[in-house]
Amino acid sequence: MARELMYRDALREAIDEEMERDSSVFIIGEGIAERGGSYKVTEGLLDKYGPKRVRDTPIAEAGMIGVGVGAAIAGARPIVEILYVDFAMLGMDMLVNQAAKFRLMTGGDGRVPFVMRTQGGTGGGVAAQHSQSLEALFYHIPGLQVVMPSVPADAKGLLKYALRQQDPVMFLEHKHLYMTKGMVPDGEHIIEFGKGDIKRPGKDVTIIAWSNMIPRALEAAAKLAEEGIDAEVLDPRTLVPLDKAMILTSVAKTNRVVIAQEAVRRGGVASDIASIIQAEAFYDLDAPIEIVAGLNIPVPFNLELEKASVPQVDDIVVAARRTLHAKPFALAAE
Amino acid sequence: MSAQSSNANAPSRELLEKLFRTAYKIRVFETEGIKLYRQGLIRGYFHPYLGQEGIATGVCAALKDGDYIASTHRGHGHCIAWGASINKMVAELLQKDTGYCRGYGGSMHIADIKAGNLGANGIVGAGTPLGVGAALASQVKGSDAVTVTFTTDGASNNGTFMESLNLAAIWNLAFVLVVENNQYAVSTKIEESTREVDLYKRGLAIGVESYQVDGNDSLAVYNMTKDAVEKCRRGEGPILIEAKTYRHMGHHVNDPGKYMPADRLAYYKERDPVDRARAALTEMSGIDQSEIDAIENEIRQEFEAAVEFSKASGEVTIAEFREFAAAY
Repeated sequence: MARELMYRDALREAIDEEMERDSSVFIIGEGIAERGGSYKVTEGLLDKYGPKRVRDTPIAEAGMIGVGVGAAIAGARPIVEILYVDFAMLGMDMLVNQAAKFRLMTGGDGRVPFVMRTQGGTGGGVAAQHSQSLEALFYHIPGLQVVMPSVPADAKGLLKYALRQQDPVMFLEHKHLYMTKGMVPDGEHIIEFGKGDIKRPGKDVTIIAWSNMIPRALEAAAKLAEEGIDAEVLDPRTLVPLDKAMILTSVAKTNRVVIAQEAVRRGGVASDIASIIQAEAFYDLDAPIEIVAGLNIPVPFNLELEKASVPQVDDIVVAARRTLHAKPFALAAE
Repeated sequence: MSAQSSNANAPSRELLEKLFRTAYKIRVFETEGIKLYRQGLIRGYFHPYLGQEGIATGVCAALKDGDYIASTHRGHGHCIAWGASINKMVAELLQKDTGYCRGYGGSMHIADIKAGNLGANGIVGAGTPLGVGAALASQVKGSDAVTVTFTTDGASNNGTFMESLNLAAIWNLAFVLVVENNQYAVSTKIEESTREVDLYKRGLAIGVESYQVDGNDSLAVYNMTKDAVEKCRRGEGPILIEAKTYRHMGHHVNDPGKYMPADRLAYYKERDPVDRARAALTEMSGIDQSEIDAIENEIRQEFEAAVEFSKASGEVTIAEFREFAAAY
């Protein structure tokens, strides 16, 4: 059985269930206690678990991320909520030089069961310092796991799994998804990292997307279907670890790939996934891999310009069409 | 709230001997370690704790099993005072598999999580939030553990110094911040990096009980830390202790420290923390010279044995490293 839940409520259920299960789980962040968080993810947790385990912090990201990492090293299970991923930049030393390195630097003895929850992406004209998609920064750093759920069920299952991990997790939500709804299975619902999900099966072209690009990819697939093009939409759900097997299997079936990310194109995750496909599935490709990505520019405030700076449904449609109209490679025998 | 130390209760011979042993052990580790470095047996960086032995020695003697420490960029002394295995420390510096971090960490990263040593840090100042985090974990878990973070004058101008001490303050954490004021941030002297050189005042500014102590007097450091730790266990933390001291050489082995005025260095060398710990033991316990010699010999032999142990140890194999990397 399943119930329909909003993304933010699914996240809250995950935190609530894990706090109930494990008394070392606690959460700190700006305005997360009495106010319940800007996106209402932590509403009600203060009443249930008290001020020892649900704490408001001053505006001091480096300090609070560092304190979370230290608490994890010392054996607790902290969740640090950072209001916007942009503000996580203030705590990069703690993420990159401390959390990500600790296991190696201690020869494998030290583990950091730390979860940073934050949100990114565009939507609503909140301008350049509140709209970034920074997953590539974390993706680049060995030792950090990167999770980007697109639907409520994944949000819940992945967050529950994150809270049982021994290594640091960057749990990146999307500001535009908090109010979206979806079916969430009843009972214990846990999704392992590194297991992607086929959000729509298809046979003509593989569209790889994550986070808020999933609804757009699905809308694009619906449009393509009207043209008789059957698109398969893959959601890796976790970028680190990445479900390579799911991607390569799909490419072998469709022979065409579009990768859609909201983040800027340069140095992005899409480019890395493209490089993996060309290295491991080159002979399965019938067309060049298409990358649909944000412009290499900070996100503008003006709503129309904001929209123009990140991929929209039609960008994905056009890219998918291109892969189908591209000529197959000439065979030497012909 | 500045206060000088007082020896209200006469210290036991056991305590005095412990303080001397620890201070002397750090001295031997650093002076002999420098020789190994010069012989090319130790690679990378080596930041000696020479001249600052009184601080780690006094602080750690006031802590108990189950407590935590987080260390600095100059971390050997804290490890030793915390009771680390000299074998495993030397092996780490010689990048051997038997080292604390199997040769993955090195001088700036020696840690022993199981023993509550959260480690030294390659990033100056980063230990402070990590230590506050350990104190927070203890509070959440309902443990009476106290966490001490050693930090430095050099780190005190980093934002996380105030950010994390403030978190400890608003949450009344069982946390002691020991600021080792050795008066240099690499080569920049304290007068050039802050207008207010009495760093304990920074704690006062955010409502943290704060003190200043002579860092070269291990007994004074011990007494002050003991009071601070007791207060923390009663829920009256955090507490800041500024321990004033002076490095005996440059920032690391290859820095001659020519920027350090000779008269100032001489002033502090006259107040050498190891000599003072030895003198305290001699004067207050009635120990005789032959016993002192025996202690010193024993420590030297322990170090020599650690060098032999480390030289005989192997390194992590490339195959093991690849396996580790695949799981990372």
